[in-house]
Amino acid sequence: MGMTQAASIQFPRIAPCGDSALVVELSDEIDEATNQRVVALAEALAQRAISGIVETVPTYRSLLVIYDPCVVRGRGLSALLLDLLAQDLSSSTTARQLTVPVHYGGEVGLDLDELAEMKQMTRLELIALHSAAQYRVYMIGFAPGFAYLGGLPEQLHTPRLAVPRQRIEASAIGIGGKQASINSVPGPSGWRFIGRTPLKLFDPSRSEPFLLRAGDRIRFRSINLEEAAHLDAAVACGKTVEEWEAL
Amino acid sequence: MNTLEVLQAGPMLTVQDLGRAGFLHLGVSGAGPMDRPSMLFANRLVGNEDGDATLEFAHVGGSFTVEQPVRFAVTGGAVEITIDGERRHSWESHHLRPGQVLKIGALRQAVWGYLALSGGIRTPPVLNARSTHVRSGIGGLDGRRLAAGDRLPLGVTEAGALLALRRPLSRPTGPVRVVPGPQTDHFGDQAWKAFLDGPFRVTASRDRMAQVLDGPQILAFAGHDIVSDGTVAGSIQIPSSGRPIVLMAERQTTGGYPKIATVASVDLPRLAQCPTASLVRFHSVSQDEAEDLLIAQSQQWAEALASLEVKPENSPSGSSI
Repeated sequence: MGMTQAASIQFPRIAPCGDSALVVELSDEIDEATNQRVVALAEALAQRAISGIVETVPTYRSLLVIYDPCVVRGRGLSALLLDLLAQDLSSSTTARQLTVPVHYGGEVGLDLDELAEMKQMTRLELIALHSAAQYRVYMIGFAPGFAYLGGLPEQLHTPRLAVPRQRIEASAIGIGGKQASINSVPGPSGWRFIGRTPLKLFDPSRSEPFLLRAGDRIRFRSINLEEAAHLDAAVACGKTVEEWEAL
Repeated sequence: MNTLEVLQAGPMLTVQDLGRAGFLHLGVSGAGPMDRPSMLFANRLVGNEDGDATLEFAHVGGSFTVEQPVRFAVTGGAVEITIDGERRHSWESHHLRPGQVLKIGALRQAVWGYLALSGGIRTPPVLNARSTHVRSGIGGLDGRRLAAGDRLPLGVTEAGALLALRRPLSRPTGPVRVVPGPQTDHFGDQAWKAFLDGPFRVTASRDRMAQVLDGPQILAFAGHDIVSDGTVAGSIQIPSSGRPIVLMAERQTTGGYPKIATVASVDLPRLAQCPTASLVRFHSVSQDEAEDLLIAQSQQWAEALASLEVKPENSPSGSSI
């Protein structure tokens, strides 16, 4: 088979992922417009309820489409997807924004001071910078409910640790390279962590187990220890404390 | 309600059903069986539905008792099975009565085994499935592997005959088929040729999430980081070590390594069952061909599953071949 240089890849393109999935690649970059199209394509497919499509996975710049080849063949599905891409896709879902309360620093936000020192700013300056930006949930992946966020101010971009830590708590607020995150389950991570939120991004015992979806907007709000304890108690009783607003 | 008690547990004993569908976009791995056909046969042999939950084990099963009579079957590969010391065969169903101890030893020439019990395991479903996903701690029993002393609820056993396969399950042979893509173009012609020439050795770095292969080093010409995108069972990731990582049932939903190819669905259970240190080679097929193979195999299995043979009830100790 002929190999082309990666640099010459034309987007969008549709590539096979075995015999039961296709990936629609819109770009190889992380940018908001691309991600908006990915989310819109996923919505368009969901609305059309095409028989044989089992599920889709929106990511930064591509949409994975899983299908049942006993119902629909990859070749036909590729043609259908190309047709759809030629249409004007825009998301019909109302954009929404969640304000995420964060207690910066502390045991979970163990990298806050070192990061402030590295960036030659005070912790308050770092907190102000982090909580002033608006973020976009580019994708939910890696672990249940784990939110990859774009929109981290450039001054806060920080390389990952060379050696990952063994256990980082759920609800930890992280920075990894150009990305920001809110952790959803405990686990190993090489990202840096600057705080924690009382919100639970994933709780299988809740009627709505997942708090976020791709395309959501996020703002962070700094809270003190007292407010964190108050919110923790409310969340523990199963109270809804999320502050959503329509955009 | 009937209960299964685990007296001894092998190193990786978990509750698995056919897996969790519909939550990949929320970061939830499908989990489910490493060897789907073996699980399907185990369930059918005891009269269960395809979606009933079973126990999956790696290498060694364990020992078990029940509070009420059940039928059980063990599949996956050849394995020593005894009830109170008396031998039983895999790939057929047997009775297990209260007070008896079922012991499942080590698999030979296979890695993943299944124990199905009539009525199915009835741990509470999480996100519509009972499959355990160990890394995120969901499903099965408290989201973890099982240990001695664990007690698992079982569904009601309906009356039914003891069953056996008419002929042994025939698995595909020859090289493991792969479909090029989605990021084959991150690799040059030489790397692609080296990938197809192989051979690769199945290393001990393997679990329900992934299998690492050792062989010719496969290098991408533009580095081994891509913007993370979706993965499937069978995705062959190439990290900067140049050693392929084949993603399996418990894989993470997204990954940031280029994927040189994807293992055809018909050959993935066979790759999962390859003993550590065995050699594998890859053979490239088109997406269309791999789909044809999968459709043909689904029909074959459907026929085999529908034509299980009733065992004579009065055979000595129920251990007829």
